[in-house]
Amino acid sequence: MEANNNDALVIGGVSLTSRLFTGTGKYGSDTIIPDVCASSGSQVITVALRRVDTNAATGNVMQHIPKHMQLLPNTSGARNADEAVRIARLARAAGCGDWIKIEVISDNKYLLPDGYETAKATEILAKEGFVVLPYVNADLYIARDLVNAGAAAVMPLGAPIGSNRGLKTKEMVRILIDEISLPIIVDAGIGAPSQACEAMEMGAAACLVNTAIAAAGDPVAMGRAFGEAVRAGRAAYLAQTATVSTGTADASSPLTGFLGGM
Amino acid sequence: MGFLEILAQYDTLDMAAYLAAVQPADVERVLAKHSLTPHDYLTLLSPAAEGMLEVMAQKANEISLRHFGRTIQLFTPLYLANYCTNQCVYCGFNTANKISRMQLTAEELTKEAQAIAATGLKHILILTGDAPAKSTVEYIGDCSNILREYFSSISIEVYAMTQGEYAYLIDRGVDGLTIYQETYNKPLYEELHPKGPKRDYGFRLDAPERGCKAGMRTVNVGALLGLESVWQRDAFYTGVHAEYLQRKYPGTNIAISLPRMRPHAGSYQPASIVTDKHLVQLMLAQRIFLPSVGITVSTREPAALRDNLMPLGVTKMSAGVTTAVGGHTADNSSTEQFEISDPRSVDEMCSAIEARGFQPIFKDWEPF
Repeated sequence: MEANNNDALVIGGVSLTSRLFTGTGKYGSDTIIPDVCASSGSQVITVALRRVDTNAATGNVMQHIPKHMQLLPNTSGARNADEAVRIARLARAAGCGDWIKIEVISDNKYLLPDGYETAKATEILAKEGFVVLPYVNADLYIARDLVNAGAAAVMPLGAPIGSNRGLKTKEMVRILIDEISLPIIVDAGIGAPSQACEAMEMGAAACLVNTAIAAAGDPVAMGRAFGEAVRAGRAAYLAQTATVSTGTADASSPLTGFLGGM
Repeated sequence: MGFLEILAQYDTLDMAAYLAAVQPADVERVLAKHSLTPHDYLTLLSPAAEGMLEVMAQKANEISLRHFGRTIQLFTPLYLANYCTNQCVYCGFNTANKISRMQLTAEELTKEAQAIAATGLKHILILTGDAPAKSTVEYIGDCSNILREYFSSISIEVYAMTQGEYAYLIDRGVDGLTIYQETYNKPLYEELHPKGPKRDYGFRLDAPERGCKAGMRTVNVGALLGLESVWQRDAFYTGVHAEYLQRKYPGTNIAISLPRMRPHAGSYQPASIVTDKHLVQLMLAQRIFLPSVGITVSTREPAALRDNLMPLGVTKMSAGVTTAVGGHTADNSSTEQFEISDPRSVDEMCSAIEARGFQPIFKDWEPF
């Protein structure tokens, strides 16, 4: 798979050539994970610490994650900042590394993230040397708080997690891309490769896709499709998409014609 | 507004008339909706909906895949004791039944825990009879302290407790509460529970809510299907109960069980027979009404049916089950609470789950 080595995404000192992050949840079998990693070209994979069982001889999701993958443990199950911090520390102690995706969710119906608690956890963990990637609503104020808190990236949702509804927060994500200096990684809600492509064309730094791959009829093929879509979207962004006609250009210059006589 | 008041809102609902009036077009309209009201849920429990199970199944399958993926969480029950002070007429542990009674010692419990842990299970459900003076809150807490060495998640299915008692157990490692109302029909409830602390309908009705307030991570409600003469009645109120809890306590994972009556010591016969078809209809309706709620299916159901239910919305299943105290290790274990219908071991259940294209999940919680 061809990668543009001049366009690496650098997070926490790690240089990534793939801008597709994947997950480990919802698969019919974890044995498919290496194949999805290979077909998608993904280099970053998130795993819920609650699923990790380092003592299990079999049935441990960790044994299926290829060694070259950058592990992104997440704090699934945390209901507030304190719980997220404790889970992150457990993840580090369990040998999952310094990267942490903060998920603070106290609404189990919609699984929407709590921005205030997420920012608090980010501040604490960033000071402890974690590479913090917080999952949040696409909200400019929260994103600014996360910058100040020391986040390594901001991960706004495209739509409610697991909904596969697509880039419903498009205009808000665009504002984050324009205004926030950190990488903006669209996380949650993306249901089809075309939607990931659209986010990348807009200038998103990366996309994290789990449900749309894991719940697809053929996860390996869908992983490949997402990998290609993310690359295409990124290439289009770098190529600077041509402007779109608004359809109202008028050669008679009614508003600036007066300049000709001056 | 408490749940008792919510229930009272349905006092004037003529459920039989409502169910009989539902037409297939009403069911189609409900299936096309983005979110459902309790009345929509009742529509899906109607005889008209019974004729549309395949289309309901397709929808329930899609919802389940999006929310939970192709996974089934495994757990097993562990009976600590079968002493009971109640006379629930439908239960094998009924104090009037002449059965052998026992309570595990710390040493016996450790052996049970080791035997279960050796199967790979990490989630455990501990049960006692309803005998607060014998199986005290402190005893259950001590048991939990032993079990937390072996398991990552401990749930309880015991007598109704106060919020403070639930909090006490949470401090000792318990994270889940399962408590069934048995029936939401108050006069019937009092008839079925003639003696003992369980006779207090209101105290039991609010137990799940007290569990939420105390900080339980998962609260699992249910009714014992077959007690009511019209099965939709308790099925409906269980769904309404789950919806109430989910709305009021969004931080708690709410789950539903659909236990059907099983043969047991004693002669009580069900007031209604909930057929396999009804059970499937109920599960589909629950999944469509409450997309993110967990659905637990126990070994009360036979293996073939359990296998077929997997894609329809089940999130949690028991495996390697015994309903006897000491049943995992002891030669002289107690009488079983009820006869199970799916005796498969954990390994056998894993194979069955995998054969359906699903993944058995052993661990989905990390205590911290």
